Amino acid sequence: MKQTHNLLVDVLLTPSLVTDFSNADWDLLVRQANHSRLLGRVDYRLADKQVPEGPAAHLEAARRVTQRQRQAVRFEVAQIRHALAPLGVPVVLLKGAAYVAAGLAPAQGRIFSDIDILVPKTRLEEVEQAMLLHGWVGGHHDAYDEEYYRNWMHEIPPLRHVKRQTVVDVHHTILPETCRAKPDPDKLMSAANPVSEHEDVFTLSSLDIVLHSATHLFYEGELEHGLRDLVDLDALLRHFSKDETFWDRLIERAAEMDLRRPLYYALRYTQRILQTPVPDATMRAAAAIGKPPTPLAWLMDALFGRALMPDHSSCDDALTPLARWLLYIRSHYLRMPFHLLLPHLVRKAIKKRFSPVQADVPKLEDN
Amino acid sequence: MNLDALSVEKLQQKLSTEGVIFRTGPFTVCLQSPIESVARGIHLLYGQYPLVEAGEFVDFYVRLARPRGLRRWLKPQVEFGFDGNHPFKPLPLVQAFPMFEWTFNWCIANHMHRYLVVHGAVVERNGMAAILPAPPGSGKSTLCAALVSRGWRLFSDELALISLHDGQLVPLPRPVSLKNESIDIMKDYAADAVFGPSYLDTKKGTIGHMKSPLESVERAGEHAKATWIVMPKYASGVEACLTPVSKAKMCMLLAENSFNYSLLGEAGFKILTEMMDGCESYRFDYSHLDDAIATFDALEPTAE
Repeated sequence: MKQTHNLLVDVLLTPSLVTDFSNADWDLLVRQANHSRLLGRVDYRLADKQVPEGPAAHLEAARRVTQRQRQAVRFEVAQIRHALAPLGVPVVLLKGAAYVAAGLAPAQGRIFSDIDILVPKTRLEEVEQAMLLHGWVGGHHDAYDEEYYRNWMHEIPPLRHVKRQTVVDVHHTILPETCRAKPDPDKLMSAANPVSEHEDVFTLSSLDIVLHSATHLFYEGELEHGLRDLVDLDALLRHFSKDETFWDRLIERAAEMDLRRPLYYALRYTQRILQTPVPDATMRAAAAIGKPPTPLAWLMDALFGRALMPDHSSCDDALTPLARWLLYIRSHYLRMPFHLLLPHLVRKAIKKRFSPVQADVPKLEDN
Repeated sequence: MNLDALSVEKLQQKLSTEGVIFRTGPFTVCLQSPIESVARGIHLLYGQYPLVEAGEFVDFYVRLARPRGLRRWLKPQVEFGFDGNHPFKPLPLVQAFPMFEWTFNWCIANHMHRYLVVHGAVVERNGMAAILPAPPGSGKSTLCAALVSRGWRLFSDELALISLHDGQLVPLPRPVSLKNESIDIMKDYAADAVFGPSYLDTKKGTIGHMKSPLESVERAGEHAKATWIVMPKYASGVEACLTPVSKAKMCMLLAENSFNYSLLGEAGFKILTEMMDGCESYRFDYSHLDDAIATFDALEPTAE
């Protein structure tokens, strides 16, 4: 078996390690961080460290990208707010957009992709209309995709702004409709907190932010950015647990929202991989309500232990591809009933084979 | 040690195994490829570039190889690997070497945000540099190749790198990429220069490469201040003529032709306007290369 070396996590935990770094260490760190979309985070952690010229160029680039993205997120949120204000619909920001709007710890150096919002299911149609009116249109989805989203998912097909090309995912709950676990979206909504800048824009409560982040990560199949999401979780837990009552309330809320197992996984793997200071009593309480039966727990350790490594060849062992594949199947199994699962996966596999998501090579001579 | 210290065979053997690490301008690239035409192209056009020892920091890990799958037996293709990712569709195998040039440009334009990266050629003489921004059909690569063959130093024929730290232009001397009839024109005009094979690009005609002059490669560490922005416009039969262009207009043009201007936000605006303050801007109509060169040789720095 190949020796794997998770330099990225070592540095995130102990930034001072870089003082003894060789050029080869820097090289590997930047590659692992880039693949895990954590280069901006590394840059943030290394702010007061001496970095040689070569890697410094990449860290600087990541810093500029993340700064720009933070700005862009704020701008998009204002635009969404403007589009939806006439409806009087409460808009809850999720994930990255929420971290930025609420000034939460994971926003530091984070790379963003889409903006995610949550609105009441009963208002979904109006929201979609209003978004369309302001330039956000559904992408090119075939009838199957459309139906897949509308019938089974917790969000409508992604909306892309015609001019800015930014993508907004509009959710009506945090897990697919077909999922066995059914957290109540009304409970999420009623616990949400207004963002200080705008009183009609909300983020989930601190407990629900953590639970959503955990649910997203541990129900998600494509774990290429798994480590990034785990780093988010770690930052959230460290941040919110400054309030001593947080841990007990978190356990209670997980039970109430039917999200016991994702919470257990979140606490177990943040603690195992990122040394998040989860109190023993909390870990025991989470295990009592959410730990899977022993053989399964053992298997999940083997799977997540691999899939939550940086998605870079230097961190793969012989079983990594299998682990990622099994988790991919698992996520679909958790999200849809068995009779839908197989045809869906077959269809996805065929589609991927014949139309891989690749762009044309950009040729400057074409301009 | 330079790349041409390796024979073609040795180079190919290294390319198809651990890869060859070399430096062009400020960037270090590790190239892996089992494809013979890549080895020949690199050997011919990148011979004077310094090799870098394994264990040094590498900016870009590039692999050009035939994709897996059944199609390889029907239609041979080449795919670009970027440290294990494959962001682009494969191209016909014969275009493997041009693909290296295209994707290397992409690597720089998309990752090197300590520069304002503008699509344009840059040439330098006596410490003063001219940027030739490149709207469609401007003929800037031809003009750039001609200038370089007559004593101007090549910074780049495609990517103007403006340092955000000191506003200086940073050289990235690589082969000049020529299109269609420009290839034969330059072969006549710069008879001493080395040219790579021509590649028939199905969509955009033929592409060929002119080797960068040795001096430009050896002096790649010497930065320069932008002194002139010249927007070339080739049209047959016109007199060579420089027409002053307002700085505001030229600023807009450079911003539009930049890959990361909007990403850089305020920093990009600041560096661009500061640079423009010290530059003369012109539109340049020409039809004959000799006239063009005479015009460039007569350029004067801004009077301050």
